[in-house]
Amino acid sequence: MAISKAFRERIEKAVHSPTLTGALGRFSEAYRISRAQAYEGIDFEALRSRIAEIKASAASQFEVLAERFTEQAESKGAKVFRTSSPEAVKEYILKLARENGVRSVVKSKSMASEELHLNPYLERAGIAVRETDLGEWIIQLAGQRPSHMVLPAIHMTKEEVADLFSKEIHERLSTNIPRLVKVARHELRGKFLEAEMGISGANIAVAETGSIVLVTNEGNGRLVTTLPKIHVAIVGLEKLVASFADIVPILTALPRSATAQLLTSYVSIITGPTPTTDGTMKELHIILMDNRRTAMAQDPKFKQALQCIRCASCLNVCPVFRLVGGHVFGQVYTGGIGTILTAWFEELKKSEEIQGLCIQCGNCKGVCPGKIDIPELILEIRRRLVKEQGQPLLEKAMYAVVNNRRLFHSLLRTASAAQAPFAREGFIRHLPMFLSKLTDFRSLPAIAATPFRDRMKDIAQPKTGEKVVFFAGCLIDFAYPTMGEAVVKILNQAGIEVVFPETQTCCGAPARYSGAYEVAGQSALANIHALLETKADYVISACPTCTVALKYEFINTFEGLGQTQGLPEARELSAKVVDCSSLVKRLVEGGRLAFKAAEQLETFTYHDSCHLKRTLNVFEEPRELLKETGYDLVEMFEADICCGMGGSYSLKLPEISAPILERKLKNIKETGASLVAMDCPGCAMQIKGGFDKEGSAVTVKHTVELLAERLE
Amino acid sequence: MFETFKVKAEAVSAEVHRFATRAEALAFIMDFLEQEGVADTPQSYALWAQCPFLKGLDQRQLAKAVPGLKFEVTRELAADSKIGISQMDWALANTGTIVQDSTSVAQRLVSTLPLIHLALLATDRMLADLPALLTKVNPRESAYLAMITGPSRTADIERVLTIGVHGPERLIIVVVDELGGLS
Repeated sequence: MAISKAFRERIEKAVHSPTLTGALGRFSEAYRISRAQAYEGIDFEALRSRIAEIKASAASQFEVLAERFTEQAESKGAKVFRTSSPEAVKEYILKLARENGVRSVVKSKSMASEELHLNPYLERAGIAVRETDLGEWIIQLAGQRPSHMVLPAIHMTKEEVADLFSKEIHERLSTNIPRLVKVARHELRGKFLEAEMGISGANIAVAETGSIVLVTNEGNGRLVTTLPKIHVAIVGLEKLVASFADIVPILTALPRSATAQLLTSYVSIITGPTPTTDGTMKELHIILMDNRRTAMAQDPKFKQALQCIRCASCLNVCPVFRLVGGHVFGQVYTGGIGTILTAWFEELKKSEEIQGLCIQCGNCKGVCPGKIDIPELILEIRRRLVKEQGQPLLEKAMYAVVNNRRLFHSLLRTASAAQAPFAREGFIRHLPMFLSKLTDFRSLPAIAATPFRDRMKDIAQPKTGEKVVFFAGCLIDFAYPTMGEAVVKILNQAGIEVVFPETQTCCGAPARYSGAYEVAGQSALANIHALLETKADYVISACPTCTVALKYEFINTFEGLGQTQGLPEARELSAKVVDCSSLVKRLVEGGRLAFKAAEQLETFTYHDSCHLKRTLNVFEEPRELLKETGYDLVEMFEADICCGMGGSYSLKLPEISAPILERKLKNIKETGASLVAMDCPGCAMQIKGGFDKEGSAVTVKHTVELLAERLE
Repeated sequence: MFETFKVKAEAVSAEVHRFATRAEALAFIMDFLEQEGVADTPQSYALWAQCPFLKGLDQRQLAKAVPGLKFEVTRELAADSKIGISQMDWALANTGTIVQDSTSVAQRLVSTLPLIHLALLATDRMLADLPALLTKVNPRESAYLAMITGPSRTADIERVLTIGVHGPERLIIVVVDELGGLS
């Protein structure tokens, strides 16, 4: 899955557009807060479990529900057209328009129609089509595509909008936003009144009653469904729910997640045609469109994506989306869920480049009201792409090395010697030639002269009968051995023997995140064997990514490969795995560890690592431990937003990693704290390297390093 | 429940007034129409859709009192009206929402096209929330159920909240206690 030059250029262009990143950045910051307010007093977990249940159940019986819906809607006088083909939808609408002498169409927002590329099709046939949602209209005038499902024109400035509108009405307009909105009202009012056909989407389609539900804010949806004599609703099959009561949880979550509203200005529930203004009955046509949704529902992994209610909150919380915006993602659906929908509604190959944009921070998974594991589905896309096309040669060669532990480790040792001309004070600040991009925005850590595995041999272990096996992971082993030493010191102090089997190797995360499940599976087997052989009581790691690999991903990888070999052992291992801060917290609470008498230490801020916060759900433990030792906590803004490291992501897409890091460094500095703690050597590498590059004096430490210094 | 409703509706820029009797409410409305400059010229009409509130009132008399106030709803008149008046069937306290069976197109015309929508509501039609509404309505009997929460709004240009795009820019909710028997 190589990244093309053209794609890199699109990214570079987006990242360097202050309009785009400014607007999206401000929005994402405000969204986080307003969304939380909108959900006050609501049990979000219960709500989204209910929605997931409703939608999953609907997806498992599309055929039944579509039939029921058709029956019910037709008994009320609507005409229902079902098709699997996007072409057939367009032909149906055009035929209908021709039969009724339609010359002008008004549309309210419909993603399904975007999927069909309906507007150019009708326009080529000589029918005028006006988008009436303000954002969509702006986009239409600009000849662009929406960049966001809910906020189609979020990438544009008021200056650009003023220019577009000025051209449209032949009058020079200022950038006064309320005035621009009035211009849109005035201009489109005539179009509403003259149109013979209104086209809408639907947010929900209820099989029990044959109703469609439209959720809008501007009022254009009401006009589109009221004024023209023909109403066509284009509805993706995934909008179906079984019963009328099912609309409650969806209407509770959709406005809150989409725009942080308790309810949108207008919700319209339409069941069959209504009288028109000349006293005749309206013609209501509902098109139930499949376009691979049934196939998706039959896929054991991807059927989950049909639980989407199109709120776009996965875009709003994505640290990558807010940098690059929607257009980098492609034509129709954007962001995390968009990547998945593109892979299905268009083709897998179309998602090849955009799937690489996901840094796997898991932010979207936490807010998805459909409870979709978006990062996992993106990994599944990666896996299938690798299966279909094979791994790029360079990556393949790399994993071949990683998988040969002896070779991998001896290469690292050789590199430690070879880096000598570039390493200063533990950092590599510049690399020559084609490697130079790697040190453009952050220094890299020098490979340690003596890796942790060698240092460990010199630390005498207490023989107390209580045994912990330490999984170092590549970064601690070869770049930050002092973090490993800190772990050992703390556990020894509590009277625990630490063992370190030398046959442990890379946890396999880089391979897994690149879709190379076979490689990850082989690393998993080697590690499971090495760790279980020690018969230790606990398996601990000071790297959250490794911890997650040991605890969950070995199992997932085997399951993904359909492999039973090693699966029971992977489960046995999983039960023993604990992250470092949680174990230390337990030891302190059990009275087995104490820190030096509290004294007033400096102020620190804490950075939450993605895997620790969102997969392991650990965030209070390190904070409490550090406060207990006398440090004063001052929280930074967006403490739990990714630092841009993402393992090999920062090497593959430095264009994106760099600005994410820049934002993180800014948030850290704004606290005024001279110390930032974290529980992940990967984040430490990224953040340390960033501060070194800009010459800031902020100290970056792993929590265990700070705790080890304060042991009694 | 009314208090919650008022707080929630005002939070989304609706204006909420409550009166004990229909007479008081009517006096408020007639005053309001005059203040807003309702006149018998296009773009200045007020259009009042037939509703229980009007039962027994002399509509010709009212139209005479405020020239430009009309009761025969057509699409042309609605497009030329500044104010539209209609009566709602329910309200939801927890979101500040008003709800109407809008199957009759006249009810929709007066609440979509004019700049100001004045919505009447009987106090006893207040419900707690959406689940409560679902026990009252049946979509098989109401072809067009409309829920309205505040005036028309957008944030499509630079995320700046702007009130009044395609629908009304003001939503005035007049809640009447005595209307119970009439609704």
